[in-house]
Amino acid sequence: MGLLSDPVRRRALARLVLRLNAPLWALPVAWLERTMRSVGLEVYTQSFSRKLPFPDETHERYMVSGTNVYGILRAPRAASTESLVLTVPCGSDSTNSQAVGLLLALAAHFRGQIYWAKDIIFLVTEHDLLGTEAWLEAYHDVNVTGMQSSPLQGRAGAIQAAVALELSSDVVTSLDVAVEGLNGQLPNLDLLNLFQTFCQKGGLLCTLQGKLQPQDWTSLDGPLQGLQTLLLMVLRQASGRPHGSHGLFLRYRVEALTLRGINSFRQYKYDLVAVGKALEGMFRKLNHLLERLHQSFFLYLLPALSRFVSIGLYMPAAGFLLLVLGLKALELWMQLHEAEVGVEEPGGAPGPSVPLPPSQGVGLASLVAPLLISQAMGLALYVLPVLGQHVATQHFPVAEAEAVVLTLLAIYAAGLALPHNTHRVVSTQAPDRGWMALKLVALIYLALQLGCIALTNFSLGFLLATTMVPAAALAKPHGPRTLYAALLVLTSPAATLLGSLFLWRELQEAPLSLAEGWQLFLAALAQGVLEHHTYGALLFPLLSLGLYPCWLLFWNVLFWK
Amino acid sequence: MAAAMPLALLVLLLLGRRGWCLAEPPRDSLREELVITPLPSGDVAATFQFRTRWDSELQREGGLSVLLKADRLFHTSYHSQAVHIRPVCRNARCTSISWELRQTLSVVFDAFITGQGKKDWSLFRMFSRTLTEPCPLASESRVYVDITNYNQDNETLEVNPPPTTTYQDVILGTRKIYAIYDLLDTAMINNSRNLNIQLKWKRPPENEAPPVPFLHAQRYVSGYGLQKGELSTLLYNTHPYRAFPVLLLDTVPWYLRLYVHTLTITSKGKENKPSYIHYQPAQDRLQPHLLEMLIQLPANSVTKVSIQFERALLKWTEYTPDPNHGFYVSPSVLSALVPSVVAAKPVDWEESPLFNSLFPVSDGSNYFVRLYTEPLLVNLPTPDFSMPYNVICLTCTVVAVCYGSFYNLLTRTFHIEEPRTGGLAKRLANLIRRARGVPPL
Repeated sequence: MGLLSDPVRRRALARLVLRLNAPLWALPVAWLERTMRSVGLEVYTQSFSRKLPFPDETHERYMVSGTNVYGILRAPRAASTESLVLTVPCGSDSTNSQAVGLLLALAAHFRGQIYWAKDIIFLVTEHDLLGTEAWLEAYHDVNVTGMQSSPLQGRAGAIQAAVALELSSDVVTSLDVAVEGLNGQLPNLDLLNLFQTFCQKGGLLCTLQGKLQPQDWTSLDGPLQGLQTLLLMVLRQASGRPHGSHGLFLRYRVEALTLRGINSFRQYKYDLVAVGKALEGMFRKLNHLLERLHQSFFLYLLPALSRFVSIGLYMPAAGFLLLVLGLKALELWMQLHEAEVGVEEPGGAPGPSVPLPPSQGVGLASLVAPLLISQAMGLALYVLPVLGQHVATQHFPVAEAEAVVLTLLAIYAAGLALPHNTHRVVSTQAPDRGWMALKLVALIYLALQLGCIALTNFSLGFLLATTMVPAAALAKPHGPRTLYAALLVLTSPAATLLGSLFLWRELQEAPLSLAEGWQLFLAALAQGVLEHHTYGALLFPLLSLGLYPCWLLFWNVLFWK
Repeated sequence: MAAAMPLALLVLLLLGRRGWCLAEPPRDSLREELVITPLPSGDVAATFQFRTRWDSELQREGGLSVLLKADRLFHTSYHSQAVHIRPVCRNARCTSISWELRQTLSVVFDAFITGQGKKDWSLFRMFSRTLTEPCPLASESRVYVDITNYNQDNETLEVNPPPTTTYQDVILGTRKIYAIYDLLDTAMINNSRNLNIQLKWKRPPENEAPPVPFLHAQRYVSGYGLQKGELSTLLYNTHPYRAFPVLLLDTVPWYLRLYVHTLTITSKGKENKPSYIHYQPAQDRLQPHLLEMLIQLPANSVTKVSIQFERALLKWTEYTPDPNHGFYVSPSVLSALVPSVVAAKPVDWEESPLFNSLFPVSDGSNYFVRLYTEPLLVNLPTPDFSMPYNVICLTCTVVAVCYGSFYNLLTRTFHIEEPRTGGLAKRLANLIRRARGVPPL
């Protein structure tokens, strides 16, 4: 009991805080402008604002407005046709101030050199990824996510590559690199190789997914650690989140990486000079580019920094899984035809006067209803939580973010109760053939969806295929119904999300308890919906509009009467 | 014939050798001039001009050309060279013509690269040389230093050595004051004295944004992806109360297929209809798009001209060896008569300094400016050039393995061959075998 348990008082307090909208920490824009100008850059600012669909509990923001500051180093005697970007995303708690210092030092050093052939843009964004998205949208003069941003006054041509920097302290023990971007897009492997070359040259300790590079590949330890790193990358790519501001650059065909400085309990620490040297080397190499990075792979999986798995090796795995669905669909088709032929034959023998049962017509009509209903449930799952959050907060004592998440879970669980209701609508003629036809359609639907997903985001497609394909192939109304029901529930998209969260933390050697896992799951649901609205991440619409209706069809098949 | 003359002169100039002088060159044939303009950001713009009138070639020695040293000039952040050749009348009735050659070199020195960030400069720091002697062939050899923005009573800066004379004029619509150093004046330079012009700031200027000119423009490509985009040009008119028209000329290559129905011009949020449009559509692989418009720019506004385009897929032999670099779009050309702040009098070109003729003024109330926007780099959809090789390998393998086997299966026939009784050689061999006791063939 207290101030916040009364919904009326809670709403009044929330409205007061929102109206005040006083940021706890703001970017020192005037100081940055002055400093960048004294270093010799052309400085511009850009303001942006955005009202999120519901308050973000993780980053504690709802109505976001901020200013980005960027300075352009013009290359001497060049025509400003190409540029490189060094960006430092600053969050609402000044966790990245060391990186701003390194950025200014690098800018001062770069300004005195005569060998630059491309312009360099030094970008400091506010509200980390939201500011980066605002800047990118204004630079390319598009409006993809509904951000209101002021137009940019200074441009530097086509951006060839970008590096994002995140430092938490002024000494680092290792540099971690993040490559996975929005919707599982990856930069060209050449950029990662560039980073790895400079790690080796500078003697820096570089990690991937927070794990060190395995030294010996001959015994079992090396491949096992490689497998852990690979699984971590698969899970991160499948989530479709931009893990760092580099992830937002990839949509605009700008190859980008995020470098994070980690300060752990190791004894040997590198100061910022070492990090600066690595960055300077990377930028000098990128300066030499004659063409955009395109020579190396765009689709790969990384078991270690110096090893990769190319698409030719991993795609057949997904292909074989989808083949299972195809073969099962073929089997059902043959069974349907046999049943039809079997029905026709005894009817034909006595004479042509016996009317054949219009089996095909009933089959098709009985298919439409479950399809429409499950698709409508998917649509409700996609649209209702954000639309109905205000209604939910009026009737229940919850915050908006919690309302959204709870509505999501409620609609998801309500879908489980459907089969008991649809059968009142559907006629029960030829019950056996009905479920076979429905399962055939559902298998083809699932195969098509998973195939399309695997082509754009292989990790997501493979993860969903490994969980959903066995359950989908096995689902049928006869046999041990509770076992099949349990299997189907355990492999539904939401359960896959929950399981992968536990697996992810397990691989990072920070295992979760059940309660923590549940909290993380709820936060992940809220983040998924938010990222769809703010950056255009596709996981939430894919799961709600595509895979959840498909899974509901299998649930219908399982409970066919 | 008339065109061959200046071309020959140009070739002669380029191939010229030292010491090829006439016996008695007229003294008023060569004028050389250096104009130094400090910019507010600390950079220094230096413009050299050499004007020669002659019947045959002259060579320069000494004078301002000692400052033209390549290693310093290529440490600049901008440089541009120009050559103008024109016929001039030798007398008032124009009975005979001589040729005038004017060579111009403009460089902008960067305060951060040459000066290590310090805003003071001197001739030695810029060119690593000082002026030692005037050119013996020059009739006029002067250095002009722009001291307009700065107080005359040496509060903010100090020019060393102090100038003896100053020159005032209206350049680019504003009144400017120049300090003159005449190299032919023996008080300035003689055998024992070099001229090293220095500028020191008494009070360093604050770091503020540099002033913007009345007309400037920017061009960029909007959109992302390899299918379509939008060419946008922003025209800024920063004059507080005067509007003026601008002629915009765009030449867009044929592989960016412009959609002219999407051409939009907006000023201050409202649509701005141009008074004149000329559009010549492109023909594939023959000629580019030509778009010319006369746009009225309202005072103190930003005008955005945008047109959408689609990127074409070229034939694969038309791609350059580096297709992922992108393809260039030439800059747009803006021509305008920008209103001046101060009315200028048209001056006699003979008497005025050479740099006056860089900005011709016919009517005192405005001056002509031609601006070029930045060039653009656009990526076209690029195929994978290794595919023909892959396809050839795959098809040849498939043909050899599969078709070959099928062909064999379908057309191979077996027929029984009767064993022949043998020819002469066989009978002879059998004879020998029987003799040896070995079984016969």
